[in-house]
Amino acid sequence: MSSKEQILKAVRNQLVPSVDLPSLQQDWIQYDDAVSHFGDVLAAVGGTAVVVEGVDGLAEALNDLPVYVEAKKTVSCIDGLMGNVDLDRVDDPHTLEDVDFAVLPGEFAVAENGAVWVTDAAIRHRVALFIPQHVGLVLHCPSGQVEDVIVNNLAEAYQKLSWQANQFGCFVSGPSKTADIEQSLVIGAHGARSLHVFFVL
Amino acid sequence: MSSTTSFDHPTNAKKFNQDQARTHWHDSALWFIREKRDRMAKSLPEWETLRECASQIKAHTISKLADYLEEFEKNAKARGATVHWAKDADEHNRIVLEILRKHEAERIVKSKSMLTEECHLNPFLEQNGIEVVDTDLGERIVQLRQEGPSHIVMPAIHLKKEDVSDTFHEHLHTEAGNCNPDYLTESARQHLRNKFMQADVGITGVNFALADTGGIVVCTNEGNADLGVSLPNVHIACMGIEKLIPSVDHLSIFLRLLARSATGQPITTYSSHFHGPREGGELHIILVDNGRSNLMNSDDYRNSLKCIRCGACMNTCPVYRRSGGHSYAATVPGPIGSILNPLRDAKHHKSLPFACTLCGSCSDVCPVQINLHEQLLTLRTEVKNQNQLPISKTMPMRITSWVFQRPKLYAWLGSVGKFFLRNLPRFMIYNALNPWGKNREMPEAPAESFRQQYAKRAKKNKPQ
Ligand code: SF4
Repeated sequence: MSSKEQILKAVRNQLVPSVDLPSLQQDWIQYDDAVSHFGDVLAAVGGTAVVVEGVDGLAEALNDLPVYVEAKKTVSCIDGLMGNVDLDRVDDPHTLEDVDFAVLPGEFAVAENGAVWVTDAAIRHRVALFIPQHVGLVLHCPSGQVEDVIVNNLAEAYQKLSWQANQFGCFVSGPSKTADIEQSLVIGAHGARSLHVFFVL
Repeated sequence: MSSTTSFDHPTNAKKFNQDQARTHWHDSALWFIREKRDRMAKSLPEWETLRECASQIKAHTISKLADYLEEFEKNAKARGATVHWAKDADEHNRIVLEILRKHEAERIVKSKSMLTEECHLNPFLEQNGIEVVDTDLGERIVQLRQEGPSHIVMPAIHLKKEDVSDTFHEHLHTEAGNCNPDYLTESARQHLRNKFMQADVGITGVNFALADTGGIVVCTNEGNADLGVSLPNVHIACMGIEKLIPSVDHLSIFLRLLARSATGQPITTYSSHFHGPREGGELHIILVDNGRSNLMNSDDYRNSLKCIRCGACMNTCPVYRRSGGHSYAATVPGPIGSILNPLRDAKHHKSLPFACTLCGSCSDVCPVQINLHEQLLTLRTEVKNQNQLPISKTMPMRITSWVFQRPKLYAWLGSVGKFFLRNLPRFMIYNALNPWGKNREMPEAPAESFRQQYAKRAKKNKPQ
């Protein structure tokens, strides 16, 4: 008998009382001002959020960041914003080792935990989300309302998601961090040393 | 502080307690995290609803685990992942080695996985000539020191920054005596980024596996799991069969509980959802039993399979906080470890159910509502029934029970005890013969015993 059969047999031959699944439709938390709550939580986990007008506003805001201005190698997956490394021309992700700043598209934000949902649909090498020294996530607000790209809580977030493709998706909440040395919080463990979220109206 | 080898918790705890200042520091470091967890729990009015839902989802999944495992395998395969089944640690390790051999892999990066720890994967791979680097900072620190993790979420919680500084000076050639956590973390960042770049294969654990989509979810704060698997072409994900949940939508419950319970964060920095391998790559998922199916049969212990390894029960446990994770001599220490380990290996771990004050704090914080302290109590009876208890425990119990059956004798002994407690010099009370006097003050002897007070009151209230 294969290990699979053995395990399944061991698991199936048990008298376990059956239990129903709970309903996921409950009174989950709502925020009066989800936008500012998102900003507060993101700040508490070490990130920043700003609202900008169009791609020009985005470029301006980026140029206010010293780490962007000083970046030698940049990646951009945002229409209308140029980086100097084209992900589509990179075959080996290892060559992204020295990227200083990556500007990448996010899909929506979650107020309760300051997270942004990012997938690799438009990011050819997913390591571009983890290996750069600094990361900017861009959330387009087509309706001109920031509220439209923010959900209150994770329950709402999962309702928005679908799982058709072989997709990689990640909730990113702030920059990479660790508290493994005497519980002192240090920002920039392996991944990005800073995380900026831009809501583009 | 070297790793402990004895399986006897009191012996190991005594060793830990030799350094009083450190014990106190360890205690308060963990309590600080427990307080953060409380603040986070209070930030959500639906906290108890979440716990209830999580507990039910896990109970439901366990009741239909075979079906969900098959569903998961089918869906994971449909997305291009390869699914392996391992009934024990040996088989798990062999499967990993086989995949590595096929790819002629020599260097592996691993992100924190208690399961591979449980299977002793590192020494096995090293014996086979493969370099394995743990990439979680805390894990890397203990790996360099050749110790095991002392906590499932904060593997190096037992170490001070001076210890880390010495370790890094020795292995990574950092400045001697520089204990700045920023400096040390930065050195580890450079060192580990090098390892990420050279790795042939990335190994991760799994926080949740999703039956309905065939996906897996891995949560880290450092991003080490993601870096480890997005550079090399091969990703091996190792998971216990209890990590399964029916639907991806259920993550909304578990991800809300996990980080809040573990470290008091609203969510981990990165919660990565993998569905199938990336283009041109391979994703191998190993489903491991290693004793888990045995737990399902027991109404008493089945609940322990709900554990999502958040570590909250350790952070709150008064015994864990004052005895250190290594004193449990097990991969999973603390309250949940004191259940899982004796159930797997009663002989070695028989002292663990007694490393508990039955205060119940672990059950109160557990995000999946495991009745930890009740299970620990049940386990004690079992250890006793198997005649595994040392005479130092059974003898006093027998004497006590004999005394309790003789109320007059008990009353007399009580007054004798009170007299001695009041009048004996300290050295006669606080010595090796009285373990209760170790590191704590004995209670003050009351002026009157309960029995005397009761008798007095009964007399006063007697209708004239
Ligand atoms: S038993 Fe509960 S509190 Fe302890 S690690 Fe598991 S889930 Fe967390």
